[in-house]
Amino acid sequence: MTATADPAADPAADPAVDPSGESGYSDHPPRMGFFTDTSVCIGCKACEVACKEWNAIPEDGLDLTGMSYDNTVGLGASTWRHVAFVEQRRPLAGPDPGASSAAADLDVDVLELAAQADEGPGRPGELRWLMSSDVCKHCTHAACLDVCPTGSLFRTEFGTVVVQEDICNGCGYCVPACPYGVIDRRADDGRAWKCTLCYDRIGDGLEPACAQACPTDSIQFGPLDELRERAAGRVRTLHAAGVDDARLYGADPGDGVGGAGAFFLLLDEPEVYGLPPDPVVTTRDLPAMWRRVAVAAAGLLGAAAVACMTGRNGTGTGGR
Amino acid sequence: MAECHPVGFQWVMAAKARGAKVVHIDPRFTRTSALADLHVPLLAGSDIAFLGGIVNYVLQEEKYFKEYVLAYTNAATIISEDFQDTEDLDGVFSGLDERYRHYDFHSWRYEGMDVSQPTGEQDQEYEERTRRGASTREAARGEAHGSGGAGASGDLRTDDTLRHPRCVFQVLKRHFSRYTPEMVERICGIPRETFREVCELVTANSGRERTTAFVYSVGWTQHTIGVQYIRTASILQALLGNIGRPGGGILALRGHASIQGSTDIPTLFNILPGYIPMPHAHQNQDLDAFIKAEGADKGYWGNMRSYLVSLLKAWWGEAATADNDFCFDYLPRLTGSHSTYETVHAQLDGTCKGYFLLGENPAVGSANGRQQRLGMAALDWLVVRDFSLIESATWWQDGPEIETGELRTEDIATEVFFLPAAAHTEKSGSFTNTQRLLQWRTQAVEPPGDARSDLWFIHRLGRLIRDKLRDPGYRDRMGLDADGRGAERDRPVLDLTWDYPTVGDNGEPDAEAVLAEINGRSADGTPLSSYEQLNGDGSTSCGCWIYCGVYADGVNQADRRKPAAEQDWVALEWGWAWPANRRIIYNRASADPDGRPWSERKALIRWDAAQGTWVGPDVPDFKATKPPDFRPEPDATGPDALGGTDAFIMQADGKAWLYAPAGLVDGPLPTHYEPQESPFDNPLYGQRRNPARQLIPEDKEPFQPSGEAPGAEVFPYVTTTYRLTEHHTAGGMSRWLPYLAELQPEFFCEISPELARERGLDHLGWATIVSARAAIEARVLVTERMTPITVHGRRVHQIGLPYHWGRNGISVGDSANDLAHMALDPNTHIQEVKALACDIRPGRRPRGPALRELLDAYRRRAGITYETGREM
Repeated sequence: MTATADPAADPAADPAVDPSGESGYSDHPPRMGFFTDTSVCIGCKACEVACKEWNAIPEDGLDLTGMSYDNTVGLGASTWRHVAFVEQRRPLAGPDPGASSAAADLDVDVLELAAQADEGPGRPGELRWLMSSDVCKHCTHAACLDVCPTGSLFRTEFGTVVVQEDICNGCGYCVPACPYGVIDRRADDGRAWKCTLCYDRIGDGLEPACAQACPTDSIQFGPLDELRERAAGRVRTLHAAGVDDARLYGADPGDGVGGAGAFFLLLDEPEVYGLPPDPVVTTRDLPAMWRRVAVAAAGLLGAAAVACMTGRNGTGTGGR
Repeated sequence: MAECHPVGFQWVMAAKARGAKVVHIDPRFTRTSALADLHVPLLAGSDIAFLGGIVNYVLQEEKYFKEYVLAYTNAATIISEDFQDTEDLDGVFSGLDERYRHYDFHSWRYEGMDVSQPTGEQDQEYEERTRRGASTREAARGEAHGSGGAGASGDLRTDDTLRHPRCVFQVLKRHFSRYTPEMVERICGIPRETFREVCELVTANSGRERTTAFVYSVGWTQHTIGVQYIRTASILQALLGNIGRPGGGILALRGHASIQGSTDIPTLFNILPGYIPMPHAHQNQDLDAFIKAEGADKGYWGNMRSYLVSLLKAWWGEAATADNDFCFDYLPRLTGSHSTYETVHAQLDGTCKGYFLLGENPAVGSANGRQQRLGMAALDWLVVRDFSLIESATWWQDGPEIETGELRTEDIATEVFFLPAAAHTEKSGSFTNTQRLLQWRTQAVEPPGDARSDLWFIHRLGRLIRDKLRDPGYRDRMGLDADGRGAERDRPVLDLTWDYPTVGDNGEPDAEAVLAEINGRSADGTPLSSYEQLNGDGSTSCGCWIYCGVYADGVNQADRRKPAAEQDWVALEWGWAWPANRRIIYNRASADPDGRPWSERKALIRWDAAQGTWVGPDVPDFKATKPPDFRPEPDATGPDALGGTDAFIMQADGKAWLYAPAGLVDGPLPTHYEPQESPFDNPLYGQRRNPARQLIPEDKEPFQPSGEAPGAEVFPYVTTTYRLTEHHTAGGMSRWLPYLAELQPEFFCEISPELARERGLDHLGWATIVSARAAIEARVLVTERMTPITVHGRRVHQIGLPYHWGRNGISVGDSANDLAHMALDPNTHIQEVKALACDIRPGRRPRGPALRELLDAYRRRAGITYETGREM
């Protein structure tokens, strides 16, 4: 049995899925989400600060990382929005160098560049500084939720995925389950934490803190359908303007997580931003696995029964 | 702008989405560059050469907006034959007094221009006392003059063909002819092709149908020739017709919230509210003599008496009468420059004994931090009001000089008071930002504990002082009446109107009551609605004439919040902009001389002949009923003397000044000079530095040799200081906050990979940066965003130094400004921290006395003496 054999048996490939409805909400509001348009992100990190202020998240380390202006490093239990900064040398007058170019080629190796600088006084290429605000994807098929044994993680009526701090027992199953490495446990209390898409704001008609703080509307909040439509239009605009690299990430309901509730417009391969290129809900294969386990278990049981029977009736060399 | 004004940058992004091209000129590749269409790195401190190059391009290629230039600028005005340009004098203008490094600007005037004397009669003692007027320069009368107060009236001669060799246009053309693309490349390090691209972008986007805006921040002001940077942009924008029109202008992004407001209603020593100059200590100068000397015959400064008398009435109320010159004598008098940097030296020599720091952290934020700290160590008392224990409050126990052993805590006699301050969310008031827009904000929460607003503090301090002055026992104890003049001396304080109502449990003065006083009232107490209503006879009061109307009809107009969607694009009902709620000043220039918009695309106001009035979505910045063909009577004065095409109504000749015949103390035209400390000579002229730059006589701190002078090679790199999005100025509002501190947790320097190799510096390792004043250490960030450039045929490295840090708080580090010197812009007394020369070496700085030894070694190696850098 292959992973994509039967769409009906594989929910991750079903584009018409309604996560709130599937979770038992009969009369629920439209699915809400984020569209993060990194092409207008100015890297101000207002989203990070607003998120921490609203959600009262503790400080997450005072280390100078040397990763451009990114001292946040990544999403975690105490960082629910993270702005990545990517410095790139691009060839002069170049749209995208081609799909074949691996992301690693575009990363700035400062020492290598220092060596190149000796080769000539000319401009080696245009410098590009990509900025992108990452966040929990609020997957259509959320593995964290699937594996949570306490029900602390739940699907809201808005289709978002929220962890309830008063129920979480800190088992940590959700942590390896997330295909993006988003959800994490806090070292001091052991519980799991992540973006709630400001569940305590959107129910009151407010937008999430990060979207409200974003000065350039890089972070947009709204009904997912509208956001997807808007994002597609934005990609068309950018392509028409010669920005051939512009692409959406997480907007496709046919992808490995059934489409993300928080999706992105990127200007390069996802790996450049530290995002997995082809995330797959980690619990996708579980039903098939369980089926195999069941078959195997049945087989084992059968074999055991046979063994028992033959043991009694056989030569019986066992312990004797 | 994206770095320091991310909220305002949303409008740049909005413009970009509509097709605007964004060009970013900066030595560094910043967050702004990341979003710009073109980033042009240049040598820090070379902007006049760059802008002058564009001016030259515009003039040579005839790209200027001819009709606009003829109608609205002084291009046609003939200049006095006494004037000699930098072209004639190898880099200086006529009138230079080399001994005092000071210009007499009489030779710069227009031909036929009246030159107003400082007083009706010659004041010999004044001349003597002020070192032949040098202290006038130091007192920055120029700052007030810059707003148009400088007299330029009289029987002026013009040549509308622009061919007269002494007309401004021809002078301008000659003056900028040296600023060729080759020279721009040589001085700024901008390749010719890139420079040409910028010129073409700017000129193609200017004219009838299009406008270009220039945006600058303190990157232009913090130089020994900073005001002239902005002048160069003004010349360019006037030539291109980009002033007074939608999408044009020169936008000064201020240092932080309401800094525009603190210039309008100044915290500066040399101007009164509304840019009225502070009186100088002339003998026997009364109100009439002051108005005669400082006012103008023509234009809106012709009404200065109304503005000043109304101000005096606002301050001294009933006590201000026609008989006592409306208490004009109560105003303090300047005896010279009392800027922040002179104040440091006044502290060191014992003249200044007490110091209030309200939301300011000079130990980190001002040039030469060590001098700032030594100055404070010489005080009797120091009051610091801030949110956190900033470095300016704790230098006496843990400052860098304690570490080096230069100061010992037990020897410091300064009594330091720390008072907690309320944050902007904890008090009501207004912000006036870049665009002159007053926006009211309402208190959200009560301040914690003992924290109080500055308004509360000043109000209460005033009340306590007045109570003491009224207390006979106190007067007796302190001997206030010993000389028999105490009562007279204290009248200015006791007569002040100081009766603001208070609100809330903390006795907070009602900020709206202050706004109402600023707005002004008629004799019967009715709120005024326009400065046109102000009188010079004492029948009106107004705390700041340009703010008159902000409380019109008794309504807080700054508190209006009508959404954009519910009004037109000018949005007159969001907040209130001075003056008179105009959103674009000098907008008469948005229409042609006949009163028709230059183009429908860029229409703003137009003359409606049928109605006999100017109409449009903005408030006309012109007398509403004055027709375009209006010709003033020969003997008219004030606004009545402005003709129907005199669009620049604050200027004494009604014109935008391509050439400034008065008002600036370092030249009528901008000239490129190298910074005080630079690895390069000035290839334009023999004159290397701004000859009129301000050096404080008492300042004995060392300067570095520059250019080809021996020893300059000891400081071969250029450094520039700046801010990051994550922190706020000297850090008092950010380094103590975990959410901000973790985003930029430590002081760092930014260098190119090439420089890293040249000096053996490791990414994330330590570097020590050295000037003649200080050696500081920083973590190293090696980044391609710092680009070495080729200047004067030499590859030069620039070092980026964010200046937020000090030793207190959560995010800590050395202070970049410790490296800086106190050579100042002579017009504004602003320090030069945007272009310095320095050295950089691997490793941490020495500790203890070894630090001073390192500096001594550098100075010896560079051959630095007291004279170094002090030559003209």
